Amino acid sequence: MPDVTFTVDGQQLTAPAGTLLIDACKAAGIQIPAFCYYPGLSLQAACRMCVVRIEKVPKLATACTTTVAEGMVVATETPEIAQARKATLQLLLGNHPLDCPVCDAGGQCELQDMTFKYGAAESFYTEPKNHREEQKWSPTVYFDRPRCILCYRCVRMCGEGMDVYALGIQNRGSSAVIAPNIPASQTEDGLAKLDCEECGMCIDVCPVGALTSDTYRYKTRPWEMNHVATICTHCGDGCKTTLGVRSTTDGSEIMRGDNRDKSGLNGDFLCNKGRYGFDFANSPQRITEPMLRQPNGEFKTVTWDEALAFTGKRLREIRDAGKQTAVIGGNRLTNEEAYLLQKFARTVLGTNNIDHHRTADYVTLAAALAGHRDRFASQHDNENAPAILLVGGDPTNEAPLTAWNLRTNVRLNNAKLFIVNHRAIKLRRQAKNFAQIDELGYGAAVEALANGTGDAALNAITEAVKAQQSLVILIGDELRGEALKRLIDFGLTLPNTKFALLGDYVNAHGAADMGLLPDMLPGYQPVQGHHDFANEYGERFNSTPGLDLVGIFDAANAGNLGALYIVNANPVSRYSIEESYLANTFTVVHEMFFTETAKLADVILPCANLYEKSGSVTNSYGDLQLVQKASDRAGVRTDLELIVRVADAMGANIRELVPFGKKSSGLRADLGQTRGAQAGEADRHAVWLTSNNLEPKLSPFDPFAVLDEIQRLVPGYDLLRLQLLSGNDQHLSPAAPADLIQIAPARRDLVLPADDTLFTSGTLGRYSPKLTELADKYAVEPAGIPAD
Amino acid sequence: MPVLVSHPDEVKVLSRRFGQGAADIDKYLELDGYKAVQKAIESGSEWVINEMKASGLRGRGGAGFPTGMKWSFVPKVSEKPKYVLVNGDESEPGTCKDHVIFLHDPHAVIEGTMIAGLAIGAKMGFIYLRGEYRYLLKIVEKAVADAYAKGFLGKNIFGKEGVDFDIVTQSGAGAYEVGEESALMESLEGKRGVPRIKPPFPAVVGLYGGPTVINNAETIASAPHILLMGGEAYAKLGSERNGGTRLFGISGMVERPGVYELPMGYNLKKAIYEVAGGVKGGRKLKAVVPGGSSCPVLLPEEIDVGLDFDQMGKAGTMLGSGGIVVLDETVSIVEFALRTIKFYQHESCGWCIPCREGTDWLKKTLTRFYNGAGNAKDINNIQYLAENMMGRTFCPLGDAAAMPTLGFIKKFRGEFEEYLKGQRTEKAFITTDELIGAAH
Amino acid sequence: MSTVTDSIFSPATAARFDKLVTLYPVKRSALVPMLLYAQDEVGYVSDAVVAEIAQRLDLLELDVRGVLSYYSMLRTKPAGKYNVQVCTNISCMLVGGYDILDHCKAKLGIGHKEVTADGLFSLEEVECIGACCWAPAMQVNYDFHENLTPAKVDVILEDYAAGRGKDVK
Ligand SMILES: Cc1cc2nc3c(=O)[nH]c(=O)nc-3n(C[C@H](O)[C@H](O)[C@H](O)COP(=O)(O)O)c2cc1C
Ligand code: SF4
Ligand code: FES
Repeated sequence: MPDVTFTVDGQQLTAPAGTLLIDACKAAGIQIPAFCYYPGLSLQAACRMCVVRIEKVPKLATACTTTVAEGMVVATETPEIAQARKATLQLLLGNHPLDCPVCDAGGQCELQDMTFKYGAAESFYTEPKNHREEQKWSPTVYFDRPRCILCYRCVRMCGEGMDVYALGIQNRGSSAVIAPNIPASQTEDGLAKLDCEECGMCIDVCPVGALTSDTYRYKTRPWEMNHVATICTHCGDGCKTTLGVRSTTDGSEIMRGDNRDKSGLNGDFLCNKGRYGFDFANSPQRITEPMLRQPNGEFKTVTWDEALAFTGKRLREIRDAGKQTAVIGGNRLTNEEAYLLQKFARTVLGTNNIDHHRTADYVTLAAALAGHRDRFASQHDNENAPAILLVGGDPTNEAPLTAWNLRTNVRLNNAKLFIVNHRAIKLRRQAKNFAQIDELGYGAAVEALANGTGDAALNAITEAVKAQQSLVILIGDELRGEALKRLIDFGLTLPNTKFALLGDYVNAHGAADMGLLPDMLPGYQPVQGHHDFANEYGERFNSTPGLDLVGIFDAANAGNLGALYIVNANPVSRYSIEESYLANTFTVVHEMFFTETAKLADVILPCANLYEKSGSVTNSYGDLQLVQKASDRAGVRTDLELIVRVADAMGANIRELVPFGKKSSGLRADLGQTRGAQAGEADRHAVWLTSNNLEPKLSPFDPFAVLDEIQRLVPGYDLLRLQLLSGNDQHLSPAAPADLIQIAPARRDLVLPADDTLFTSGTLGRYSPKLTELADKYAVEPAGIPAD
Repeated sequence: MPVLVSHPDEVKVLSRRFGQGAADIDKYLELDGYKAVQKAIESGSEWVINEMKASGLRGRGGAGFPTGMKWSFVPKVSEKPKYVLVNGDESEPGTCKDHVIFLHDPHAVIEGTMIAGLAIGAKMGFIYLRGEYRYLLKIVEKAVADAYAKGFLGKNIFGKEGVDFDIVTQSGAGAYEVGEESALMESLEGKRGVPRIKPPFPAVVGLYGGPTVINNAETIASAPHILLMGGEAYAKLGSERNGGTRLFGISGMVERPGVYELPMGYNLKKAIYEVAGGVKGGRKLKAVVPGGSSCPVLLPEEIDVGLDFDQMGKAGTMLGSGGIVVLDETVSIVEFALRTIKFYQHESCGWCIPCREGTDWLKKTLTRFYNGAGNAKDINNIQYLAENMMGRTFCPLGDAAAMPTLGFIKKFRGEFEEYLKGQRTEKAFITTDELIGAAH
Repeated sequence: MSTVTDSIFSPATAARFDKLVTLYPVKRSALVPMLLYAQDEVGYVSDAVVAEIAQRLDLLELDVRGVLSYYSMLRTKPAGKYNVQVCTNISCMLVGGYDILDHCKAKLGIGHKEVTADGLFSLEEVECIGACCWAPAMQVNYDFHENLTPAKVDVILEDYAAGRGKDVK
């Protein structure tokens, strides 16, 4: 659209024709008050707060529906306008309860702010306000009717935004009211209820305290909390969630999660897990003291010193006795922890028996794209890509932000969405084309898609995608190995195609990037290949691939595994491992709860969760983000610290494990030509630090010390520190250079999708009271799928 | 069955066929029914629109917008189908003129709808009647069926190749706001009767997103007569820039209430004292609400004025829907104001804050005032509320509630003040203590 | 297009609805009249009515409820066999609308939106019904009764009580 020039309060402004006046003003720093207007949602012109005076227009006009025009002359703050707004507020306050002191929205209420600005505090009505009892609509949503000012934001957010349509307007005139989709006449307790995705977006957009969340209402006041923006631990989308934290006697308690800081890559969005799924952290079931299994089989709580000394001693004995050892990492570790864990295994335990619960085939993805630049789609691409092909996956349930971005992109930009799936997933409602295929038929389907030899529906999609100028291909975890490679190869034949593979959990992608794999080093460099790590990782490093997760447990079962070190993972339940398997293996577990795996351990080291640590994580798309310590729990330690301490207790040289402090040897001249890895490593790192203007980190527990090394050694992780530190996400291409990659054909497919729903989150989810409550409520059928 | 009235001053154009059984299609044909539409088919849309413009016909729904001009706004070409929508929601208190048209001359509405369709190039028309008018809906439904049977509706109407027109009748279900044109379209699309944001206007984006002409039933029923007698001739019947005649419903405290067809510009005082036989029982006139309950009240000394859109405008009120309500000296204005606002409070769709809350607070305040618990501040509050609703609401219903209220306060402030002193001599009408609350 | 197999409506009404949805460019347009006709048959808009209409028009029940609750003629509770609706709006008020309402209250022994014990009558004070020139006026179900006096009302109510009253739906 061509730009037009117009005048607002004497200021000359220009904006593309068709821009809404309210947006144009906002862009120029002129705030026009509004209750019903919400960017991206349909227009209402209902609240009349945005009225402005436009020359040659008889009545006051609503800035939320007026589009800027050439030569338009606008006044946004005149006595007339102020009076109009004041009167509107007086009308609202006539019925609005003035219980602000106890209202959740108190201090962050748009009605409060407006009243403050236009001074309509004195309510001149003598009639009593019509009071209504607060209603509980769902395990997460409460509705306080008298507080509602009928801006209809919630209704539109639920319908247009979430495609759930669980909220509506009922009655008319002064009895008009927001109503949930299950009428009182159809519930046992005779009260209306919600059947929805429980995303809490309605609460988020409510300008007042009419919609409040069960987790937060009447618990505390906004200003009594610390607000820390960090990354949600649950799915692979990587939403920023702002945690409100309050100090308690044994550390601090997370009071709420929300999206008040809209700076994350999730913009406006946050799903129920990011909003309510933090409560596991406050759980009284948390393990907060180290435990050792006694000869009688019982656990006994011990001091940290005792636990660490014992663990270090036993691991060292087992390693030095030449017995096999292995490590298994989790998908919710930071990159630094994942990296450090595999380095610990490879340089201290001296084993490649390393794995994690693989939720998507990132190795094949990296291999298939090796040597290609800029082929990894960012989460941001979903916001504006003109065309998206989704093969497999169910973002609505497994990657809610991805689903939100796709819906919004289709709604606001008419993006074209093409879907190939074995289920009639909900996103088909936004899809231009949808092809349903056989559950086990992805390989065949991809082949057919590539050759245009499928059924009508599939061929239509082949046609359509070939016609696109550029395309984002989102790939579900159903596609692995050959099928995945075939799809990517097909994609590469199209112009400007980018790819993303949707895994589960906050750092599944990072875990793979960081080399928590038996055959791949960080950055997907095959252990047996030639790479820096040989010199970097010292004499214990060996270049034969280790046992994968299944192999590790087979070895344990066969009595060939001396020690197993499990960090924040629950393979015993995930892969349903028999108890007996670990009978003869010394098992160390970092855990928060008595999981099936922890129950079989010899040592349990109580650890922190993602909300209690700092570091970085990489989402399904390869967007790297900083996590920030929000809360903490007395007694627990981060996995990073524990690995370092255990290594220390084993007598390892910590300076080799974590590059920190100034090397006594100082910076050598003969840059790394000296034999001996330590020296070489020291030199390289020191040189790299100086060349990147970075200071050596002073503590071995400083995640940034490890990040330094990641950035130095892991292909694709060449990140910008400032970007990261300013809390912005940045997009990486964690595929090794082509020459480094060659995948052993015999590689077995160990991908085991989490298949989480909106209300489950692996083992962790089971320890979240709210998620459990929701999972039970919606046990029957998936949430909020309207008839269509 | 509504009694038909008559008076020598009447000029019967629209009401020509009333009382002659013209609801029967053969009778209607006898009375040169369906001639106008055939003439229109021959002469083409240009001609129709020009005749309509020449006729000076202005919308009978209340706003008084020139009909010919409205029709000419519809784009000639459009990807989306165009529609004609007949507004028979007739709900403005004091108004019952469309009622008699549907009852006595339903085919005139049908023929007018077809004419409008030909004029704008629409192939489909809707006739929407308020839900309460079920017996009238049945009459119109039968008339439509008969027209189809005769080949006047459907494909190749009147045997003319390629000339198609369909009419669907629709029932409302109780909502004054649905009379507002864009709310009417929402209702016809099966939604809540909440008006639409304008622009775009119906002529460009209307029903189902297609260009739409929406007219009041009386406006539409006038079209055939105009084409038969010619626009010029029709215009001459009325006053300057207010062509033709109009049905005026005179109700309230008069000797001969009824629906009379008078030339535009006819004197209001004569209409009351001669046509309607004057104030009932020879009592003194206190006030007149000239065009439906939303029009500011007139004092006896203000009624020597011509009944057309412009003269009424000059008199500080409106011609509105042509429903003239007469109040005699025994009426308490406080009570009348309360009953008026009670209606608008009940009918506000609730979409926008100033109307939803404003009508509610006006009703609450007036109710308390009426029940004797008022105070001097209330009078100012009522005025303040009304003034702050004027021109600030999403659709004109807010104004429709504010305008009469302001009129009552301005012209009868004294009576409000007296009322406070408990000196109310007038007879109380409202005997129920609980007034109808808002819907549900 | 969902054709309903086990309709809760009479065959006639069901057939009428099947036709109704075909008349408009968008079938949802049938919603408001459909609700009213359904009420005429069932007596009120029950949950079952909402469910079937939602199904017929491929709408969410919530959506149907939103529309239904907007229109004042539609009710979600049963009314009397004969629903007496007395207009008390201005034109009627001025010529005794409230007297008529009070007379009905006394005669039927019920108030606004109440139903007689035998379920025969219900009473409603309504807004302008478009009979201003023949005021005071009321409707019994859909039939108009105009120029009322208490005496006339007695006759009318007796006729309905005796099943002689006009009742066209
Ligand atoms: C609140 C409100 C109620 C209205 N009710 C009616 C009505 O019942 N009948 C009608 O013809 N016009 C009604 N109108 C006017 C219509 O919006 C529209 O102007 C009219 O139908 C156009 O037809 P006309 O140009 O023939 O008058 C109403 C307007 C408003 C704002
Ligand atoms: S003014 Fe506002 S609330 Fe009133 S009827 Fe119009 S839109 Fe609805
Ligand atoms: S005021 Fe009663 S019918 Fe119009």
